[in-house]
Amino acid sequence: MSEKKLPGWKEIPIAGVPFKSSLEYKTGDWRTFKPVRDESKCTKCLLCWVYCPEGAIKWDGENLTIDYDYCKGCGICAQECPAKAIEMVVE
Amino acid sequence: MAVQQTLMALNGDEAVAYAVKQCDVDFVAAFPITPQTIIVEKFSEFVANGEVNTEFVRVESEHSALSACIGAAAAGGRAFTATAANGLQLMNEICYIASSLRLPIVMAIVNRAPSGPINIHTDHSDSMNVRDAGWIQLYTEDAQEAYDTTIQAFKIAERHDVLLPVMVMLDGFLISHTLQNVYLLPDEAVREFLGGPRKPPKIKLFGREVELALKTLAMGQPVPVTMGPLDLWDYYFEHKRQQFEAFKNAKKAIKEVNEEYAKISGRKYGNGLVHPFWTEDADIVVACMGSTAGTVRHVLRELRKEGEKIGLLRIRSFRPFPYEDVMEHLSGAKAVIVFDRSVDMGAQGAPLFVEIRSALYDLDERPFVYDYVYGLGGRDMPPSLIKAAIRDAKEAMSRKERFVKKYWGVRE
Repeated sequence: MSEKKLPGWKEIPIAGVPFKSSLEYKTGDWRTFKPVRDESKCTKCLLCWVYCPEGAIKWDGENLTIDYDYCKGCGICAQECPAKAIEMVVE
Repeated sequence: MAVQQTLMALNGDEAVAYAVKQCDVDFVAAFPITPQTIIVEKFSEFVANGEVNTEFVRVESEHSALSACIGAAAAGGRAFTATAANGLQLMNEICYIASSLRLPIVMAIVNRAPSGPINIHTDHSDSMNVRDAGWIQLYTEDAQEAYDTTIQAFKIAERHDVLLPVMVMLDGFLISHTLQNVYLLPDEAVREFLGGPRKPPKIKLFGREVELALKTLAMGQPVPVTMGPLDLWDYYFEHKRQQFEAFKNAKKAIKEVNEEYAKISGRKYGNGLVHPFWTEDADIVVACMGSTAGTVRHVLRELRKEGEKIGLLRIRSFRPFPYEDVMEHLSGAKAVIVFDRSVDMGAQGAPLFVEIRSALYDLDERPFVYDYVYGLGGRDMPPSLIKAAIRDAKEAMSRKERFVKKYWGVRE
């Protein structure tokens, strides 16, 4: 849970309407296991990029990076990687 | 000054259908279930005859009926549905969603015993099952009140300080299928009372004033609104707290709407929350809900003639529960007989008893509070049985019995 003070019930809109952009909702803190990529084994086939349900794997044309702010640690990338280049490590 | 009204012979279900017709409802979705069927059957006639401008959707289940109403209400419309017993149980999940999204849907519940064994007759166990689902619950006594309360329900639900869905309860068959003379207001009077079509409130979102409705940017929303997404430990509790507050406001709203409605119709139901009869000087007060109140009143009139000081407190609003009024009206009594038409599986008492006894706990001098569970599955509650209960309670009083729990009218 975030350390900063959250607004009270009188301050937020009723009906559970979200009042923040989902960009501000860092779902990465749900994670238990963190995917770690081994650069030496990676063939850059981009299957992890295709399979990631959160769009948390970024490809800029040259480099693959994992956005840990939004990666929930589901492990699908590690499961799908044919080169076994991704390891799930306990946070 | 009350307006000129039309007298019609209607049963309770038809009375509700006429009320819904006059409320200019945008959307109705319902699934037929006895004894609610006549409501939507009658209303579908209005739709077929072009007498209403309502989108009427025939759905495949009650779960879908309420879900469809949520969609319509979330879009800013006025929505209505009706159900009973097993249908309400199938809706259970959606009841909680409707209230948490603060959608002022009105639903008529024609009280029927839940299965099983299968039964179609009246019993309040079905609506008691959803008493904590975040809906206002108003229990009516006859077809006239069912009509009046349906109109009031939209007014209460849509108030911006309330925004809670409302269930209007009528006893299966005893009210729903019994023909009664019902006074109907003119269409124009109802329209004026409700103030035209529903107006959703404005909320602050991203620094802008936004209508709390799922409307597109093309429909004039400055930013899109999302309703019903994930809400975890960080905000769920705050959203529930807002609902609790709405229930506090609902008490005021029910009272005020009861007064406003009396001005146009000449009909008033106590203070809207409770409907007392002869409670001021009563030694014994009977507390109950629904059509039984009429029979109790008949019995009390006779007993009053014999000099017995017995009163009646009919609870009209079960949610919000008017504990302040209950305290006020029952504080002078020596004993309270609670007639509960619902099951109390493993509980200390049936729901109405538990609420009333809890409300009286803070009194310095507490009356005896006795629980008489009666009428399950539509078992009749004739005057003789009510008199017998009063006699039974008096004997218990004379023995100074603290805890009396009777299943009244069951064969040993």
